[in-house]
Amino acid sequence: MNGVHDLGGMQGFGPVRPELESEEPVFHAEWEGRVYAMVRLIGSLKLWNLDMVRHTRESLPPADYLAFSYYEIWFAALRKQLVESGLVTEDELRTGRASSAVSEVILERVMRAEQVRAKPFMTASYRRPAPGPARFVPGDRVRARNRHPRGHTREPRYVRGRIGTIDAHYGSQVYPDLSADGVVEGRHLYSVRFAARELWGESAHVNSAVYVDLWEDYLEAAP
Amino acid sequence: MTKDHHGDTAPPYDIKLSVKALESLLVEKGLVDPEAVDALIELFQNDIGPSNGKRVVARAWVDGGFKRWLLDDPNAAIASMRYVGSQGEQLRVLENTADVHNLVVCTLCSCYPWPLLGLPPVWYKSPPYRAQAVADPRGVMRQFGTEIGEEKEVRVWDSTSEMRYLVLPQRPPDTEGWREEELQNLVTRNSMIGVEDAQRPAKTGTS
Repeated sequence: MNGVHDLGGMQGFGPVRPELESEEPVFHAEWEGRVYAMVRLIGSLKLWNLDMVRHTRESLPPADYLAFSYYEIWFAALRKQLVESGLVTEDELRTGRASSAVSEVILERVMRAEQVRAKPFMTASYRRPAPGPARFVPGDRVRARNRHPRGHTREPRYVRGRIGTIDAHYGSQVYPDLSADGVVEGRHLYSVRFAARELWGESAHVNSAVYVDLWEDYLEAAP
Repeated sequence: MTKDHHGDTAPPYDIKLSVKALESLLVEKGLVDPEAVDALIELFQNDIGPSNGKRVVARAWVDGGFKRWLLDDPNAAIASMRYVGSQGEQLRVLENTADVHNLVVCTLCSCYPWPLLGLPPVWYKSPPYRAQAVADPRGVMRQFGTEIGEEKEVRVWDSTSEMRYLVLPQRPPDTEGWREEELQNLVTRNSMIGVEDAQRPAKTGTS
């Protein structure tokens, strides 16, 4: 979707204002850590995948997305997904009191502290077989297709219609546009190099390029 | 709802209370183990952070064989140091050289190599950085006090897939003979994102 999350090249947000690296805490308030951990732990129940999470965050009202802090976005999306998945009812969210039971199958998947400490990361692979052989090889000229899907996509607006060169083939990986709808299929994934001037015109530095990971369905051969 | 509880002067929405309320609900339903929440927070506050990446970079600086391995087969190379892709992501290591400077961003969200760098800093996830990094990388780096020469090519890597990018900064000059542990102190998190170079050794003497 053409949402406000697709920020590359937008203007008017002001300077970056980094905190001093040596002084920046991992979490700036206790609740941020709780939100981070809840999102990870509920995510490990496998009721939804990463692309569904991203799409839920992207689909927040645009003004909220920009006004919320990072973990506020995570929190808002978590609440939405809990209700949409049926894990929590609207009523429970409103009252804060449990009034429905969770199935045993799901409760068996709940992560315990020992498991978290032993294996803090999930290591499921994103590799999936592709429907056919790769269409492109490194060095090929390609155009990022001018697509505007209403659902989830990882083709940023700033590359659409632009010509680049295949830098690398990363094999076949889960295709986000389908995965966000629960359909997990592989597509060939490439690193595509775009000259900065192809993307941003004459004002861009001549000695600069942007590399973007793009799935084959986002690309067409360019002359 | 909040208005009823806190009166008219309260903000319309209290994030701290809302988060607490959701956690108690999820605990009551058996969906979240509060000790697992604590454990995950502790891990990211104490164990999983940029020091992992610093070890990888310093090792690549002193060991040419490891560096080649890291560039050719990064997942195997970091696995040998017991680091993994956080959610099955694959790593690609980008080497800064005399001719090329690399910079990493995620314009669409906040993709970042968690196992090697921990959780990203606020600025990395913020609209100003995500908006500007792809369009004006030199301008962004200048905000970090980094000036990249005109003759150098700047490559920006937008993490739009489950590939994760780590910048291998150039080894600072005047560090011949330094041990790996000493070199780790010159590697900053920001240098592994690419907004800065690695630190230079402090001058001995009075300056």
